[in-house]
Amino acid sequence: MAIARSTPQKAGSALRYVALGLGAVLFLVPFYLLVRNGLMREADITAPDWSWLPPVPQWGNVRELFTDPAVPIARSLANSAVIAVTQTALVLLLSGMAGYGLARIPYRHADKVLWTVVATLLIPASVTFVPSFVLVSTLGWISTLRGLIIPGLFQAFATFLFRQYFLGFPKEIEEAARIDGLGWWGTFWRIVAPNSWGFVSAIATITFIGSWNAFLWPLVIGQDQSSWTVQIAVSTFLTQQTSNLHELFVAAAVAILPLVVMFVVLQRWIVEGVERTGINE
Amino acid sequence: MAEAAAAGAGVAVRPRPSLGRRLRGDQDRNLWFWVFVGPFALGLLVFVYVPIAWSLYLSFFDSYNTVTPTTFVGLRNYGDMLSDPAFRSSLTTFLAFAVFIVPTTFVASLGLALLVHRARFLQTFFRSVFFLPTACSYVVAALIWKMSIFSGVRFGLANTILGWLGIEPVAWLSVVQPPWYWLVIVTVRLWLQVGFYMILFLAGLQRISPTLYEAAAVDGAQGFQVTRYITVPQLRATSAAVLLLLLVNAFQAFDEFYNLLATSGQYPPYGRPPLVYLYYVALGQGQDFGHGSAGAVILTLIIGLVAVLQGRVLRLGGRD
Repeated sequence: MAIARSTPQKAGSALRYVALGLGAVLFLVPFYLLVRNGLMREADITAPDWSWLPPVPQWGNVRELFTDPAVPIARSLANSAVIAVTQTALVLLLSGMAGYGLARIPYRHADKVLWTVVATLLIPASVTFVPSFVLVSTLGWISTLRGLIIPGLFQAFATFLFRQYFLGFPKEIEEAARIDGLGWWGTFWRIVAPNSWGFVSAIATITFIGSWNAFLWPLVIGQDQSSWTVQIAVSTFLTQQTSNLHELFVAAAVAILPLVVMFVVLQRWIVEGVERTGINE
Repeated sequence: MAEAAAAGAGVAVRPRPSLGRRLRGDQDRNLWFWVFVGPFALGLLVFVYVPIAWSLYLSFFDSYNTVTPTTFVGLRNYGDMLSDPAFRSSLTTFLAFAVFIVPTTFVASLGLALLVHRARFLQTFFRSVFFLPTACSYVVAALIWKMSIFSGVRFGLANTILGWLGIEPVAWLSVVQPPWYWLVIVTVRLWLQVGFYMILFLAGLQRISPTLYEAAAVDGAQGFQVTRYITVPQLRATSAAVLLLLLVNAFQAFDEFYNLLATSGQYPPYGRPPLVYLYYVALGQGQDFGHGSAGAVILTLIIGLVAVLQGRVLRLGGRD
């Protein structure tokens, strides 16, 4: 369909690209500043004159950060990785199974159970941080990985999304499995789960981002340096001392690197996944 | 129904089969339901419902620094919080923040979605660029904003640009009058979350049937008219979801306020949204769980009310 486009249409299209281009530059500037500052000397960052590029790129800043005894960056990264990976895996397991049970097993009170799950969606997790803190401190879990990981495992939103997804899973496939003699357990693990990778990876990505970037809960629970996540390490650096700016920027770059790599590698899946979680159906 | 009744009768007559037998096959639906849902439901009970109940309980007591409440004070904590000027000002701060952030994010993400949706070239590139900040945390973004873009000294990016225009440097974050810190706080969140909502709008745009556009073209609709009369009304469900998410997220604002405004152990009394205030009440020097819990209950009630009202308004506003 090659329809000749009129002049106003072409002008509109050009304008659209100018707007998109300007927007793209604005959105990339913060990333550029992060990398630029991370590669500068402290004195260059605070120099009175603006420079677009580091005068002498300081690749040694990375080593300096990792050997600085004042900032437990390696330990914090390890904590963040353990927390994010464990939480993601367990949220998928717990919410995936619960979502399937709620969607498919005809239990008399299933509706009531679903209602108690959905009701917690109206109570934002971070508003309940005071009582959760009291609970976790009663259990003696302050500054432990348990305290950082376990309370975040029971995500009503993930369970609800899984339920919605399983409701739409083609029933015929499951019925065929039943005829072959598989029970609920077998049908779920051998038929339904292996055929849901797209959706599972979407929820995995969203959970992983949320877990890696979480701030309030790790701030409340991670009181000893040994239990800091990388976000807390950067924040403490930022709010309590303002020297070593160059190290601070390298730390921040290190903190977002895993997610940026993930975004670049998995970008198509992530976008599809966010679209398919169906919160806007 | 008949089948369930028959199964029930069967169980009543026969002796209870062993667990292994009940797990085999799917005759026992109740048991299998709890095998799947039980672990999650138990966790939800212990880590969500118990804390909420506990919070309600604590909010009626004097309880400092301890998990055992001491004196029952009835509704006094609620009265104290509602008449506490700092708590009330935190609600005002939230209101001001929501008034800035909700419409700007909504318009910007819808605008970007429309632009990206119609771009023929480099569509994936633009989509990725606008979505990429979602990977960034508030802590990292706050660092870039505070120390590099809106740094109050002359070498910050914003002040450098102002300098080119011959304007004196602005102390972005450290002064209340004029309240420039709002610009810093709103732009951080805008940059971080616009891409996510853009993706939701893009998904909504893809679901609009092409026949609607063809019909509009036949009727002679052009350019902006199409956007106004076809695209925007078709995005109603997405818009409702985006608005609700934006409001709930604005209510939970904590990370950027905390990281942008706190310096060397000091936090200024201005610009505290409710969560930051409650954080200092309950987990600061006083460890005042009673008042903190009352504040959390009040906040939860307000959020619930807003959500219900919004659901009403949007549904009443547009019965198709």
